[in-house]
Order: sequence, then structure tokens, then C-alpha cells
Amino acid sequence: MSGGGRKRDGTTVVHGRRGEWEETVLKPSLGKKPERDVAFTTVSDLPIERLYTPEDLEGWDAERDLGLPGEPPYTRGLHPTMYRGRLWTMRQFAGFGSAEDTNRRFHYLLEHGQTGLSTAFDLPTLMGRDSDDALAEGEVGREGVAIDTLEDMETLFRGIPLGEVSTSMTINAPAFVLLAMYLAVAEKQGVPLERLEGTIQNDILKEYIAQKEWIYPPAPSMRLIGDMIAFCTERVPKWNTISISGYHIREAGSTAVQELAFTLADGLAYVEAGRARGLDVDRFAPRLSFFFNSHIDFFEEIAKYRAARRMWCRFMQERFGAKDPRSWMLRTHAQTAGCSLTAQQPVNNVVRVTIQALAAVLGGTQSLHTNSLDETLALPSEESVRIALRTQQIVAEESGVTNTVDPLGGSYFVEALTTKMEQDALELIARIDALGGMVAAIEQGFPQREIAEAAYRYQRQLDTGEKTLVGVNRYTEGNGPPPALLRIDPEVERGQKNRLAAVKERRDRRRHAQSLERLAAAARGPEPLMPIVLDAVRAYASVQEICDALKPAFGTYREGKVPL
Amino acid sequence: MSAAPAVAAMVRLLVGKVGLDGHDRGAKIIARALRDAGFEVIYTGLHQTPEMVVSTALQEDVDGIGLSILSGAHLTLFPKILSLLKSRGGEDIVVFGGGIIPDEDAAQLREAGVQAVFTPGTATGEVIQWVRTHVPPRKR
Repeated sequence: MSGGGRKRDGTTVVHGRRGEWEETVLKPSLGKKPERDVAFTTVSDLPIERLYTPEDLEGWDAERDLGLPGEPPYTRGLHPTMYRGRLWTMRQFAGFGSAEDTNRRFHYLLEHGQTGLSTAFDLPTLMGRDSDDALAEGEVGREGVAIDTLEDMETLFRGIPLGEVSTSMTINAPAFVLLAMYLAVAEKQGVPLERLEGTIQNDILKEYIAQKEWIYPPAPSMRLIGDMIAFCTERVPKWNTISISGYHIREAGSTAVQELAFTLADGLAYVEAGRARGLDVDRFAPRLSFFFNSHIDFFEEIAKYRAARRMWCRFMQERFGAKDPRSWMLRTHAQTAGCSLTAQQPVNNVVRVTIQALAAVLGGTQSLHTNSLDETLALPSEESVRIALRTQQIVAEESGVTNTVDPLGGSYFVEALTTKMEQDALELIARIDALGGMVAAIEQGFPQREIAEAAYRYQRQLDTGEKTLVGVNRYTEGNGPPPALLRIDPEVERGQKNRLAAVKERRDRRRHAQSLERLAAAARGPEPLMPIVLDAVRAYASVQEICDALKPAFGTYREGKVPL
Repeated sequence: MSAAPAVAAMVRLLVGKVGLDGHDRGAKIIARALRDAGFEVIYTGLHQTPEMVVSTALQEDVDGIGLSILSGAHLTLFPKILSLLKSRGGEDIVVFGGGIIPDEDAAQLREAGVQAVFTPGTATGEVIQWVRTHVPPRKR
């Protein structure tokens, strides 16, 4: 942009007058009444200016950097009509206790207007262990649903036509097993695999970086992901094969820019993995989706989503030469930030979640989970889950923010912040590239160290009062009685162990043993594993049996020395 | 406590993650804050069994064990560690912890011998202060 003065459309009327305004208007005002003595920074410590004017958009080109919705670089959103055409998918993550318990919660959510399912698995399942494993003790059905064999999966989706819902499954290290189980349930329901819609998280890189639920080392894990991408590209074409997740990176304490950079860098590594198998980028990239956190700093979050879309589009075009616009589009799920919620005065969390949901929507998300007010205390109760869903419905149908596409587009502040976050994230990605890409960076502990450092810095800022957390380090009076919490009956663990024992007793032993032997043998060579995993699942091999069958070939992962 | 810094220098602590829970943000922050406050801190890393934690604690001759559990398995894992300590001669090691732990459960854990339970939102200074006053160096 150049020159000042009034354009015909009036947009640059203040351009060039900022200096004059600072002298004649701002200075006298500050003389009389100084600004508050606080740091004007985002929750991630990004400094924010007093005022944004066209001067802050030097070098920014509306045609190149903003465009219009539904066209590259998609800064204003993926679709020309956005939420006027279709609201985002309201997808509440649910899972606890037995498959039977979660099946009931799924039916409850669908009856209350939810439009997609999202499955949380318990820790043993996430780590590829059965409910009867020693390390599973006390954890069965606690943080999600316990799944051991195909029989549990059949129970989980009982009465839910898999050809008509879209299902998201949050599972990573053993994702190949759970996907195979889902496909086997669809077969039993008579639903053709081509009709299945859904997403499996399957993002192992962020496990090493942040969530820490792994089984195998990075290289064989990436091979499994390559196998799944290849299988789904052929057989389950509407399935999203990886949900490249910044969510957990942020929950582990990263800044917004780190979340943006590390997530996109993970995405680049998966595209490389797909290409390394000889797949054309446009055959599989359209089925990569993303999952970002929606934290409390409203504008920083909105800018993050907008920057992410623009960056991904350019990476896909420039780095990988993708030709299909669907490869350029960063489709994303969002979830409000569990780590921003407080155990103190938990009802305040409803307000936090509302702000965060608004940020995700103004950022242009495709689907959204809103957290429940009691999550820092226990698993959410039915009532608190309903309030969380209602929060989305109020944003969608009362607030009016859905009436127009990208309402904040063109805001000096939002555009400048979008560009700033893009630049900072590109710098971090360049450092990762210099380390040899994300897999190498993880092996060197780079993202892990950066995140730990940011988490510690934020805690220090809370401890010193430099940053405020209402109810925790300011305004601390008024802790009401604790809300009624969901309790997981210890019987769940016993019941699940009994069910697993019964399946082990009932299944065809020969078929079961043969399927596992064949899997173990195939893992030593380059043969695609998914069809063999499907056979093992159909033979009622358990999650742990299947995961363990690969260990002799793949090895297991242990975290190196953790820097404090 | 005027002797606090001198005492702090002698106190050895084990900060541990037990079970399958991978949430290590809090444990690492607490470990680092305690170290920065002058304690000697050993961090176990993730996915430890109760047996592993107790063995490390005894081998390293620590005075206190701080466990972080966000998986809901606290009512299983804390008592197991307490009983292992007792059976292996480490009953004078002070056990404390934190995580997503409802008030009622915290009360139950305190009764069972967990000396303090810190829930989300606790300032690191509060934990440091508590350790200074409640974790004496063991007789060696």
C-alpha cells in the first residue's frame, strides 16, 4: 500500500495520518490518563499493538493473501457460503466405561441433535493393551471406552447405521487395529466400505511430541500409516486417514505459533510418507484433515486458523505441486482448550468455552467439540455435556455470527496478526526442515524441548500474576460446592476382563493363531498390512495381541532422557 | 523456617508418572520448579509401574515421592505405591501427588497415607512451600 488520502471506497482514509494522530490525540490522552500497567500480550506472549491501521499491512496484498472464500489461499474459509450453506459439524467427543455405556451416550447425543460421533478410547486401548494387561489396572474404561476385540466394537456401534453417520475415532498408535475393527463392523452391518465417512486420528508424530501414547518407534509407525493411507485410498475413499493434530501439542503447553508450526510440519512429514510410497499427492492429500485447539486468546486463535489454511495451501501448491484444489484445502476440526479450564469455580468454564467456540467458528472450522465445565474434575457428566453442546447451538443459531462469511476478514488487526503468526510459524518450520524434517526433529527432541519451555514460562507467569486466570490467581473467592461428577464403577474393569476372557474362550483358536502368525511374518517384509490386520480382527484377535504380533519386527519406543 | 535453604539442599525427591497416562506437562513443570527451588529432583519419565517407582525411590534414596496422575487411576495407583513402600522398608518416604482428583477422592487418599494432594491450578510456590515444611531428609 502506498500514499495516503481518501480513496473512492474510503478504506484508506486514515492511511498516513497515524503519526499526526499519535501527536495530537494520543499523546495528550496518555498524558492525562496512562494505559493500564499490564503487558498487552496474547496468552502465548505475542505482543499486541495499541492500534492497527493500514500501516500494519505494508507488504500485504489482499488479492494474494486474503482472496475470497472458497478460493486459494482460503484465508477467508474453504467454502464460498461457509455457515450460511451448512453449519459446522457439532461433534462431542465421548467415551467411557464399557462399549455398552458409550453406545448409550452415542444414542443420547444423536437424539439431542449432534451430527457426528466421536469416540474416546481408554488408556489401555490407546496404548495397544488389553483390559487384562497388568499396566491396565485401574485404567479400564476411565478416560474413554475400553475396546479389546471386535465384539466390543460391535456393541459400541449397535443400532447406529454406519452408512449414515460420520465417526471420528481418537486413536493413534493402534489406529490400524481400531480402523480394521470399524471396517469389520461395517461389513457385518452390510455397509459397503466406500460409503463409510469418518476420521481416524492416526497422528503418531504428535504422540512423540506431546501426547506420549506410543508403541513402536517412529519409522515403523510411519510405515503403518503409509499402509493405512494406501489401503483407504483404494478401499475407503471417503475416510479421513489422518487428523493432523495440534490440539495435544497445545495442551502440552505450546504457544499458538508452536501449535501452528509443529502441526503443519507433521502434515508435511505425512505427505512425504505418502509420496515415498509412490502415491500421487492428489490421490491422498484430500483425505488428510487437521485438528486444532481453540484456546482462550480470541484473536490469536482466529488468526491461527486463517494462517493455517493459507500456509497449507501454499505448501501443497509450492512444495508438493498439488493440482487438485481439495489437496490445497486445510479442513479442520477444533476443540476448546481443556488446559484453559479451571477446577476452581468450574461454572466459569462455560464462559471460557463460549469464547473459544466463537473463536473456532470465526476462524472457519469444519467441526467443533466444546468441552464440559467439569472436565478438570472428572469425566463430564451428562448434564455438563448437554450444556457444552447447547453452547455450540447458541453460537450457531442465536449469536448471528454465522450470517456472513468470515466476518473479521479485512480487519487491520486480524489480517496483521494472521500474517505475523504465519511468518513466525514459517521460521519454526524452516528450523525443523534444517534438522531434517519432523521425524528427525522429534528424534533430536526439538519440539518436545520448545513446548516444555513454553509450558514452564506460562506457569511462571501465572505464579507471578503476570497472566491472569480467573478463580485461580485472581478473584479466587466464591468456590461453590463441587458439581455432581460422573463416576466410573470399578465393576467396569471386572466386567470388561470377563467379556474378554469369554471371547478368548469362544473364538476359533486355529483361525486366530494363524492370523496372528501371518501378521507377524508380513511385518518383516514390505507387504501391505491392512488386509492381514482385518483378517486378524475378524478372527477376534484382541488389540494387544495384534499390536504385540508386530513388536518382534517393529520394536518398541522408549522416550529418551527427558529434559527438565 | 530460617534453615529452609540448607534443608532444601539435602532433600531428594522423585517426581513420577505412573500407569499409562501420558499427560506429563504438570509433572515436568513441578519437577523443574522444585529443582529450581534447590531440591535434588529425579524425574522418572512416563509409563512407570508402581514397582518401578518404588524401586527407583529406594535405589535413589529419596525423601519424598511426588506422583502426577491425570488418568483417573489414582485410587488404584497411590495405595499400591504406599503398600509397596511399606513392605520394602520405605514407609518413611513422604508421598504426595496431584492431578485430576476429585475432593472426595483426595480425602480418601489422605486417609490412606498420601500426605498432600494438589489439584489443577495450584501455584508451584505452594507445592515448594509444602515440600519445604513437610518433607524432612530421612535418617540415612
